[in-house]
Amino acid sequence: MDLIKLNNVKKTYRTGVTAIQGLNLTIAKGDFVFIIGSTGCGKSTLIKMLYREEKPTAGQIIVGGIDVGKLRNGKVYKIRRKIGVVFQDYKLLPKSTVYENVAFALEIFGLPKDEIYSKVIKVLELVGLKNKIKNYPAQLSGGEQQRVAIARAIVNGPKLLICDEPTGNLDPKTSMEIMKVLEEINKLGTTIIMVTHDINIVKQMNKRVIVLDTGRVLKDYQKGTYAHENN
Amino acid sequence: MKTIRIILRNIRDAFKGVFRNFSLSFASISCITITLIVVAISMVLSENVDNFTLLVEKDVTIVAFIDNEADQDKIEEIKDKISMIDNVEKYEFKSKQVITEEMRDSSEVFDSIMKNWTDDENPIQNTYQVKVVDINKIKNVADEIKKIDGITVVKYGEGMVEQLISTFEFIHKICIGAVVALILVTAFLISNTIKITIGSRQREIGIMRLIGASNLNIRIPFIIEGLVLGLLGSIVPIIITIYGYTELYNRFGGHLFSNLIKLIKPVPFVYKTSLLLLVVGVLVGMFGSWRAVRKHLKI
Ligand SMILES: Nc1ncnc2c1ncn2[C@@H]1O[C@H](COP(=O)(O)OP(=O)(O)O)[C@@H](O)[C@H]1O
Ligand SMILES: [Mg+2]
Repeated sequence: MDLIKLNNVKKTYRTGVTAIQGLNLTIAKGDFVFIIGSTGCGKSTLIKMLYREEKPTAGQIIVGGIDVGKLRNGKVYKIRRKIGVVFQDYKLLPKSTVYENVAFALEIFGLPKDEIYSKVIKVLELVGLKNKIKNYPAQLSGGEQQRVAIARAIVNGPKLLICDEPTGNLDPKTSMEIMKVLEEINKLGTTIIMVTHDINIVKQMNKRVIVLDTGRVLKDYQKGTYAHENN
Repeated sequence: MKTIRIILRNIRDAFKGVFRNFSLSFASISCITITLIVVAISMVLSENVDNFTLLVEKDVTIVAFIDNEADQDKIEEIKDKISMIDNVEKYEFKSKQVITEEMRDSSEVFDSIMKNWTDDENPIQNTYQVKVVDINKIKNVADEIKKIDGITVVKYGEGMVEQLISTFEFIHKICIGAVVALILVTAFLISNTIKITIGSRQREIGIMRLIGASNLNIRIPFIIEGLVLGLLGSIVPIIITIYGYTELYNRFGGHLFSNLIKLIKPVPFVYKTSLLLLVVGVLVGMFGSWRAVRKHLKI
């Protein structure tokens, strides 16, 4: 079944720049998809439209049965609760501990304390940070900070995890550790879309790869075919 | 249950937030404190002035002197006419004999002069003592009474009473004006302070949005923070009101300027005033932050 379906999507920013045009795409539930392409080709714009940070100018975007393009501003939270998002710069709260940073995502929904505790500990264990729950972000390495951000993104149990260059600031070894965490999460049933520049990661992971060029799909490699065709 | 948990958590976080950004919060709290102190002073003044006005009003009497030629029928006729005047609360006949007695009782000098007067010689006049409902219209009543045949002179502490009352009303109005102006200024200042707080918390708000917080989820913490600021800002004014007014009352024995102004008893007055200060502080804080969030978050 398709989790995401884009129909002839176009995005023109107010500045007149057209970042996405004539884009058709479907992504199946449980899939792991890389989106690659040169800087400025519209990768971030594409995923921003998925979590309704930006609205498409034309066309239709369906995510988990919701017509995201039609969502009014006051209802955006409905789609956000189904999607976890991770960025290159982690976006953690510097004055809160690892535990607080993750628990934050549950507290605003009024869950009971013990339920929050068990959920937070579970995801921190999954990303391998159970022993650092009392640390502050500044006391962690970049890879560890990104793992906190991932933990926060998935603690709600979203259907979809979107990552915009999550390894952009990390060295190759740490990047591969992050990829292992993401693969683990994907195995547990979460669909993952990851934007990246790192061709080595793409080759090693052997997943579906979508190549964008000036706002269009240039090529769509099915699982396992990218490394083979780009030696 | 869920809502209660969210609110309790927000109160906890609001206290944390207030102390985390203490210099900013301190500005807001000081603002509320100053405003509330002025509100308290205005309340004390205006309530006491009100009280005083009431006392004065109770005591003001129109004295209508009756021509000594008037016979019993005439006196009855005057009574009927007075009773028909608008705004008259009550009236009472006081005969010249009673007045003479009172005067002789009050002073030995009067007594020695007056004790030899016969009824015919006695120049003191019979009177009607009239009280009015609305003190502001006392002059109209006096004028009406003056027109009645058989009344020679009408007296009611003219001018003095009216002046006193208009002065107090003026003070009262100034107090209310000052309070309203200060409350507006404070709400504005708080809204600015919270705007700065929000500015420094854009990151947090961005993350909240990202993880699916609704507009209400985002707004509530700031409004509760405003509430906490109001709460903290009202502590000092409440202490000042309770201890300050009680001390003032005790020091002056319940009166100001000898016996002219009788102060309101501290209990329950100070508690009512404190409650009002708390409510005003909290509302101003919440209103200020609500305004700031609405403008700043564009939601
Ligand atoms: N908020 C914006 N306003 C105007 N133009 C934008 C905005 N965001 C991105 N763009 C433009 O849209 C194009 C695609 O940008 P983006 O999606 O960020 O590319 P990528 O993530 O692939 O590097 C670029 O030309 C960029 O300058
Ligand atoms: Mg980008």
